[in-house]
Amino acid sequence: MAHTERRDAPGLPDFSLLKRLARDQLIFLLEQLPGKKDLFIDADLMSPLDRIANVTILKQHEVDKLYKVELKPIASSSDQLCFLIRPRIQTVKWISDLVNSDKVAGRFRRYKIIFTPQKFYACETVLEEQGVYGDVTTDEWNFYILPLDDDILSLELPEFFRDNFLEGDQRWVTTAGSALHLLQSVYGSFSKVYGIGRCAKMVYESWRELMEEGEQRTRQPEFAKVFLIDRDVDFVTPLCSQVVYEGLVDDIFRIKCGSVEFGPDVTSSDKSIKVMLNSQDKVFNEIRNEHFSNVFGFLSQKAKNLQTAYDKRRGMDIQQMKAFVADELKGLKQEHRLLSLHIGASESMMKKKTKQDFQDLLKTEHSLLEGFEIRECITHIEEHINRQVSMIDSLRLLCLLSITENGLLSKDYKSLKAQYLQSYGIDHLLTFANLRQLGLLEEQQAGETLTVMESKVGKLVTDKTVGKLTDAFSSLAKKSNFRALSKRLALVPKSGEEYDLRVPRDMAYVFSGAYIPLSCKLIEQVLERDGWTGLEEVTRMLNGQEFAVTGGSSSSDARNKTDAQRIVLVMFLGGCTFSEISALRFLGRERGCRFIVVTTAITNSARLLEALLENGA
Amino acid sequence: MTRAKPEDDEYWNSSKFKAFTFDDEDDEFSQLKESKRAVNSILVGDDDDDEDDVERVSWSGEPVGSISWSVKETASSIRSGSEQSFPKIDTTPSLSKQGSGYSLSSLFKAKSKPGAFQSFSESFSDTSSRTYAPELRKPKSEGKDFVSDLSPEETVRRMQKGRAFSLEKFRSLQDKLLLLDEAVAVYDGNIITAVLIFLKKSLSKEILFRELMARDVALRHYVHYLKEMGEQKLLVELLKALGRTEDMALMHYKEHLNIKDEGRRRDFLKSCLSLPFSQDDATHVQDHYTLLERQIIIEASDKKADGEIFKKFPRKASILNMPIITTLYYSCFYHYGESEGTFSSPSNIRKTFRISEKQYILTALGARAKLRSWFDVDSLFNTKNWLGYTKKRSPIGFHRVVDILHKNSAPVNVLQEYVNLIDDPDLKLSGALKYKCHDIVINIYRDLKDRQQLIVYREKLERDSPEYRKIQQLLNNVQIRWKN
Repeated sequence: MAHTERRDAPGLPDFSLLKRLARDQLIFLLEQLPGKKDLFIDADLMSPLDRIANVTILKQHEVDKLYKVELKPIASSSDQLCFLIRPRIQTVKWISDLVNSDKVAGRFRRYKIIFTPQKFYACETVLEEQGVYGDVTTDEWNFYILPLDDDILSLELPEFFRDNFLEGDQRWVTTAGSALHLLQSVYGSFSKVYGIGRCAKMVYESWRELMEEGEQRTRQPEFAKVFLIDRDVDFVTPLCSQVVYEGLVDDIFRIKCGSVEFGPDVTSSDKSIKVMLNSQDKVFNEIRNEHFSNVFGFLSQKAKNLQTAYDKRRGMDIQQMKAFVADELKGLKQEHRLLSLHIGASESMMKKKTKQDFQDLLKTEHSLLEGFEIRECITHIEEHINRQVSMIDSLRLLCLLSITENGLLSKDYKSLKAQYLQSYGIDHLLTFANLRQLGLLEEQQAGETLTVMESKVGKLVTDKTVGKLTDAFSSLAKKSNFRALSKRLALVPKSGEEYDLRVPRDMAYVFSGAYIPLSCKLIEQVLERDGWTGLEEVTRMLNGQEFAVTGGSSSSDARNKTDAQRIVLVMFLGGCTFSEISALRFLGRERGCRFIVVTTAITNSARLLEALLENGA
Repeated sequence: MTRAKPEDDEYWNSSKFKAFTFDDEDDEFSQLKESKRAVNSILVGDDDDDEDDVERVSWSGEPVGSISWSVKETASSIRSGSEQSFPKIDTTPSLSKQGSGYSLSSLFKAKSKPGAFQSFSESFSDTSSRTYAPELRKPKSEGKDFVSDLSPEETVRRMQKGRAFSLEKFRSLQDKLLLLDEAVAVYDGNIITAVLIFLKKSLSKEILFRELMARDVALRHYVHYLKEMGEQKLLVELLKALGRTEDMALMHYKEHLNIKDEGRRRDFLKSCLSLPFSQDDATHVQDHYTLLERQIIIEASDKKADGEIFKKFPRKASILNMPIITTLYYSCFYHYGESEGTFSSPSNIRKTFRISEKQYILTALGARAKLRSWFDVDSLFNTKNWLGYTKKRSPIGFHRVVDILHKNSAPVNVLQEYVNLIDDPDLKLSGALKYKCHDIVINIYRDLKDRQQLIVYREKLERDSPEYRKIQQLLNNVQIRWKN
């Protein structure tokens, strides 16, 4: 429990600087529109904004009223409207309509759009097409990175996943590159970069371009290594049920931008409480990485200690009591409050998770990972669908089945799909099309569908281009090779072995000892080998796209043997789960290094799949 | 622009006056601003207004040289790069630049490149500042085109930086495609889309579609752009032209989600039936149409229905747009026992949508148990053999049946009956323990001759209850040969 850090673990850089930079830039931008103004904020920007500024700061810069962007007619009577939004066409269309209706009504206002983290040409084209370009001024707030915790940095761009992997739109590539560049400018350079995945390569290139343009200044590096990884390299991990405390809290209560709302069932009162979940919360910090089965015992021990601490009051004289109240009581009360919250949360999770259904779900997941009793798994999934329980869970199991088995037998695919559509709505046809395109849920003989595609295209274009097309399409319909990868990298420990979750022996503990996250295992292997040598077979099964780049003079640089050499930055393109973060923290403790996770967003199975739904359900 | 003439290039690259190339825009910033002003003043009064606009305002929307622009430029130049620059990695295999290899202009490109190569990174690193100075000496007529004379590479670079650019000089198809390929080569989706918007406006769609066919990356950006813009018609045309008929059918089908009125939605679904779906999907879409058609009929009559069941359990929501299984559940709830001839009868729905026996039993069980209609529950599982004996059978395990009954708060005597039917002894025992079917538990332990467990179980029971006494009797029975 509460693993003690290795004493020589390096300290982490102070990321609060990033918040300050973002805040200063925002203030600067607000000042560009002098005078009183109403501010409209995209719903998904409100929490990130909360983390770096507050209403007082906004008011100080003459923001009068704050509104959420709802794509509906507005009630503002202000003469100046400022929109703080993500660069989305739909939102810009809405703003254009606002401006045009003001024009019709003969109303004069000033409008300013602040796009964050950057503007897109397509959005400006909308302004132009709608005839409001010039009426509306635009700006960019380069708020690339939000530090969620000491070791978690988020781009807060959940749409990165769908845009990049499903739609094939590379609009966020340069954003990710700029984020890395920002980190480098503020915290110093890196000596080595590894990566795997198409997007990772592109992000690296984009970042390198920025680096080359920048001035070459020497600076003591604060990180040694960077690892870039595409989410589609490992879909299995985010599809598994999370059983480490922080992941479980995310699965059940949904952590949003580092904070969670505990409902009345947790707080055992009639109101909900919002809590920040990070290393500042001492109780949380000790249990966040623990397997759930250990958490309850820990919390009750903690409660006993707390009682003892309170009990010290007995027999105190006035002086001692005074000191106690002054020094300890506040801390104890704080701890008391946190403890009761986490106990409440654990209880509520226990109630949900000890149900037979959840146990069956876990059992099915583990069997799928192991490749064991697949028929039973299919029956179980079928029953899950038939009973119309959680639409997302059913989908998740189907995807896990498909990835681990390299696609479903045609007969199974057809029947499970038909039953799914019967249970959850026929418009999920569209969802299935998306999942298929992404390679998450496929019918076996993927080659066959490919051939159909080719021959159709072949009629229209020359042979040469067909070859190229095949390449492009096959990268979408790639095989997962999970079974072989799992064997090669020993991701699934031999069954039957006892696994003591109290004393984890490897990263598999984050999945009850049943599976080591593929993403984290890759990171471990590459860092250990200082490259991809010896992993050729693995990368081939992962569709190649790996790289390792060394900065020119790092190896000769002996003085770099500082703490910085043991800080590794891992960037997940398309999202990362709390289970992966926990696994990396574990790895860091084992190896005496620290991992900093940079992710486009925190994800979990529900978010991942919800991003792929098409029917707006 | 400046680099058009090789001699000029030669001069600027070799001259000892190299400082004047404004390599470091930060230091030479004030000079740059002056030159910029000078350039602008030359351009004022130009008869081509449109171009004027493009030239003066940078893409980031601010006039180049404004305070905000300068702050931003200053900020971006305060960078601390590393000593070492990282090498480029080979990203070509999967993202090969397609199609342009054979074009005429690429031949020219190949020719002119070696000369420009040594200054490659320099000349790109800051085009804006470097291009202005020499511009000053040029006559007005030439100065006019200073941003529209750039190569595809330079143009894309300027677009990335948010600087002034013009796409108008890319008029030949080859030039347009070179521009597109360049945008793809720098992996910047924003720029790829920007170029595509330009191509959309300046090429006929047939030509654009044809060229996109061989450019997958650009194609996907285009498809996504059209989706976001809601240009459904064009999108369908594009997919059709690409031969991606199934995608096209799905894209068309998706439209139904935007239709709120159920009658119009039904009609739209009907119109989808002729689309080229895959065989399976065609069946599903047919089902979708049939389902909504039925739901509309059922809804119309049930809305004003006043039967006993509707009074006792008023409907909480309309049945429109619910999944098939929900509809089946609904019909098992409100229309159980209707003859197969009616659209709302469970058997009709079951037959129409080819619902499996297992799924049917599961759904009907849930609905009838909810109504506490144990007789119906019973008859769901009763089968008569040829001798006329009834026997209970279930396509789903009886432990599941018990589960569902329990969730619908069935009384113990009903539960007990079904727990007894569980085949697997372990499941049976755990079911009996869970649902407190004491008799069954006791019988199981008795059959297992497990004296210890009986003693343990006795303690959980109320003293002198019939179950308690039953255990007592068993324990006192000397006939039984206990195993422990």
